[in-house]
Amino acid sequence: MSNENTPSVHIMRSQLGRARGLGAAKSGQHHWWSQRVTAMALLPLSLYFVLSVLMLAGADRAQMAAYIGEPWNTVLFLCLIAALFSHLSLGLQVVVEDYVRNDAKRIITLLVLKGGIAVLALACAVSVLKLAF
Amino acid sequence: MKDVREALMVGRNTEGKLVRRPLSPHLQVYKPQLSSVTSVFHRGTGIALGAGALLLTAWLVSAAAGDAAFSVVRALLASWIGLLVLVGFTLALFYHFCNGIRHLFWDSVRGFELEATHRNGRMVIAGAVVLTVVFWFVGFLVW
Repeated sequence: MSNENTPSVHIMRSQLGRARGLGAAKSGQHHWWSQRVTAMALLPLSLYFVLSVLMLAGADRAQMAAYIGEPWNTVLFLCLIAALFSHLSLGLQVVVEDYVRNDAKRIITLLVLKGGIAVLALACAVSVLKLAF
Repeated sequence: MKDVREALMVGRNTEGKLVRRPLSPHLQVYKPQLSSVTSVFHRGTGIALGAGALLLTAWLVSAAAGDAAFSVVRALLASWIGLLVLVGFTLALFYHFCNGIRHLFWDSVRGFELEATHRNGRMVIAGAVVLTVVFWFVGFLVW
């Protein structure tokens, strides 16, 4: 009785597993919370960054190093870099997961993206430290 | 079918026969509305700010590398095309900032009424434009 228009379903997964809804990712809560926590951290930090950029408008390298070398500025820049790049990583992850359906392509894209963002974050942090010390 | 995601799209009709459920139309058939446009902008500006993070990296790394590298980046940013790019990034940043506050407000289970979403949507757009204008006004004053 197989008909082109009548779909048949063969799935190994139990109804209980489906109802729990965790799927292969096992967890979604941590991602959701991390995105919100980094967003909240970025509210004051991005305003601080914008003010810093205004203060450094037209500054040469020595002036910039002097500014970033102030202990609080070093700390706040490092906080900004940590919050910004983790928020970026979480956000772009969702975009990739939404649009790349093929498993292999999605996993490779996510690995390259997250690895690249981690490298950028480290490059920024090391540059700040080098300017400061 | 063997994919769970597809199996969720199967239901029984009134005769008890298994049928594929109809799909709701995709985004492009809807008329753009304030609610959908602000949402699309939030994702778009988020992706754009990812490119902005590359610029931030270039700025910091070149400053750490030395005077030669830093003067190149500084000259690029101060050129008219560099300034145009920076105006775009500040607008994207302030939009994502304002709409991010709107999202955090929604996370507290408030402001979901249609009237409220339209009101705070307009506030977000106005806020982003005003902050960008103020930023560049102050920027040219101190430069």
